[in-house]
Amino acid sequence: MSENSNLDKVTADLLKPIRFNTGFKLWMTFLLVSFAVCMYAYTIQLREGLGVAGIRDYVSWGMYIANFVFFVATSLVGMLISAVLGLLKIKWAAPLTRIAEIIALAFAAVAGLVIISDMGRPDRLLYLFFYGRVQSPIVWDVTVVTTYVLISALLLYFPLIPDLKICSENHDISPKWMRKLYEILSLGWQGTPEQEKIVNKSIKILLVLIIPVALGIHTVTSWLFAATSRTGWDSTIFGPYFVTGAFVCGCAAVIIAMYFFRNSYKLKDYITDMHFDKMGKLLVLVSLVYLYFNLNEFLVPGYKMKKFDAVHLTDMFAGENALLFWSIQLLGLILPIIILLFKKARKPLPMLIIALFVLVGGWFKRLIIIVPTMEHPYLPIQNVPENFKIYKPTLIETAITLASIILVLIIVTVLSKIVPILPIKETVEIENGDETNNI
Amino acid sequence: MDNKEEKPKKKSRRDFIQQMSIVGAGTVLAGSAIFAGYSYQKKKKQGDRIKVLTANNELIEVDKNDIIKLSKSVPADLTEMQKRGREGIAGKRWVWVIDLSKCRNARKCMGACIGAHHLRPEQCHINVLKMEESEHTPPYYMPKPCQHCDNPPCVAVCPVDATFKRPDGPVLIDNERCIGCRFCIAACPYSARMFQWTSPLKEKEDEGKIYDVELNLPEKKGTITKCLMSADRLRESKLPYCVSACPNGVYYFGDENEDAVTNGTTKETVRLSKLLEENAGYRLMAELGTKPRVYYLPAKNKSYPFQDKDKPEAKESIKDNNI
Repeated sequence: MSENSNLDKVTADLLKPIRFNTGFKLWMTFLLVSFAVCMYAYTIQLREGLGVAGIRDYVSWGMYIANFVFFVATSLVGMLISAVLGLLKIKWAAPLTRIAEIIALAFAAVAGLVIISDMGRPDRLLYLFFYGRVQSPIVWDVTVVTTYVLISALLLYFPLIPDLKICSENHDISPKWMRKLYEILSLGWQGTPEQEKIVNKSIKILLVLIIPVALGIHTVTSWLFAATSRTGWDSTIFGPYFVTGAFVCGCAAVIIAMYFFRNSYKLKDYITDMHFDKMGKLLVLVSLVYLYFNLNEFLVPGYKMKKFDAVHLTDMFAGENALLFWSIQLLGLILPIIILLFKKARKPLPMLIIALFVLVGGWFKRLIIIVPTMEHPYLPIQNVPENFKIYKPTLIETAITLASIILVLIIVTVLSKIVPILPIKETVEIENGDETNNI
Repeated sequence: MDNKEEKPKKKSRRDFIQQMSIVGAGTVLAGSAIFAGYSYQKKKKQGDRIKVLTANNELIEVDKNDIIKLSKSVPADLTEMQKRGREGIAGKRWVWVIDLSKCRNARKCMGACIGAHHLRPEQCHINVLKMEESEHTPPYYMPKPCQHCDNPPCVAVCPVDATFKRPDGPVLIDNERCIGCRFCIAACPYSARMFQWTSPLKEKEDEGKIYDVELNLPEKKGTITKCLMSADRLRESKLPYCVSACPNGVYYFGDENEDAVTNGTTKETVRLSKLLEENAGYRLMAELGTKPRVYYLPAKNKSYPFQDKDKPEAKESIKDNNI
């Protein structure tokens, strides 16, 4: 076994996707056109006001906030795979770290933009910095989300430095200015032991740092709700309930990304069935933990049925929102857990389908955490039109929400086209041996 | 070799910057201390003593500088208006009493409110609700303005200090500051806040007026609007719009410091403590710890019967809210 020839093959395979082929151009055109169409909806909102959305005085938070929570949730997977699995030295996860980090960065960065779409006065965004009050959970949220985006970006960049050097030396990559850019971004990397030491140390510090920050972003996001005395939000377990739910969404997103990168970028030798199998098991684990928190969140108040809880829970279990509630719980959580227990289901294609169910379920789960609570305030809703009582999303707000999802796809696509989607160094190390170390 | 030569040079530059920053910080600190001392002395020098009569009929002597002048003239610019709106009226603790036994759902209060603040009917700051606690308890009408809590959850969550608790009682909103995040709507357990989802109703009519925090006019698109206890009327020593409009004597309004409230219909002034004691006054959802400044007198011996035609909707709303 010559290590060098192996290295060359791996490098060639991993660098191959880095070119702007027709497929990429078509896909990007599609994304950009749909993005432009959806952004037109936002210009309408800017002109007419938030009234173009279905939210009104009673249900004043709707799809935008649900989408924001979903984005923050999904971005947490960067911390799970890079930091938790990385620090535990779980080898099989190493090639997936970059996918996880790209997803984390894209979702967290766009989450910041999503929240602007929910503002009545986006022109006053900077007031948060001029007049910010530390007592408000929104200010905490802005602080931690910004920090998380920054750390995620660094955690994507530092392990990339050696790969950037390799890219800059690869003559297949055109145009020339891109190679120049790689050269600059690789910060004079030569792979000396001293440089290795600095990079490894920096990565390690970031891996430790990102754990509390990631827990912070989603805990604080849950406090936006738990800090109020509304039925359904007034819960002490909202922090861990949201964090565990986040890992479910994040794992599903990584599985979907793995499937598409493996097929479109011809990486079947590197993102193997083994990886899908392990990710399937991981998804079962995090889903079980989430199921446990769901049991607590609904069974405990459901057992007592206190006056106002009863209204809220009856609506969820058997009322207007029952169909959505049970679909999310069954299709997005319980059935995936059961199906994924079978080895046959942990193959790429079934995993893709299950992950799609889990991810879509995760999005609606956020909606059903937010809307029914606002539909049932303490005092009766009277003397208002029907559309104030029940929330019905409009086409415009759906389009604006779609714009944010398309933007995430654009960021993920572009990043995966300009950097190797699997870390070259780690992949080579794994290809060169100790497969036995895989857990 | 090069490295070795450079090292001492680098070190000395760092030292220099370090020393300079210490000197700089010291200068700034000393300067500000001197300035603070100077302005304190200056303020003190002007201090004449003045005799004033308090609400408890005591004659006391206070520093002239501690007295805030109540000017009737309207400030000419926005900053002055905002400042005045946040300071409030010194020495007052406005309090509101709503007698549920007198309300017959005339809704004159709602009309006055809509007119004063240029609101859409569905976004009136005060809402007369049809209430029924449980199946076999009698229904009644309950006017519900903002409760102007002394521990307001909406103010706690505001990220930019747009909504605030004024020393004299009301919870107000500065629409020139509000960023429209609607966290306060989520936090309010009394559903007392509304939002300008689109252009305000009388946008054209109000164009060019200086924004008044105490009246919330002109209304601003994309910001919160809410009950203000008619803070602009309080400045003119008048009762709130809704209170004066009531034909049935439902509302009492006054100053907790004076222990006196005036009925908006009869203009009769009574002792607050006595009124609450004799009628078993209570506060709405006091268990939430919000400490409302609005007291309710229970609907005992109602002056008017609950209209049967109102019943169906009342029942319906009860089904929604109280099982």
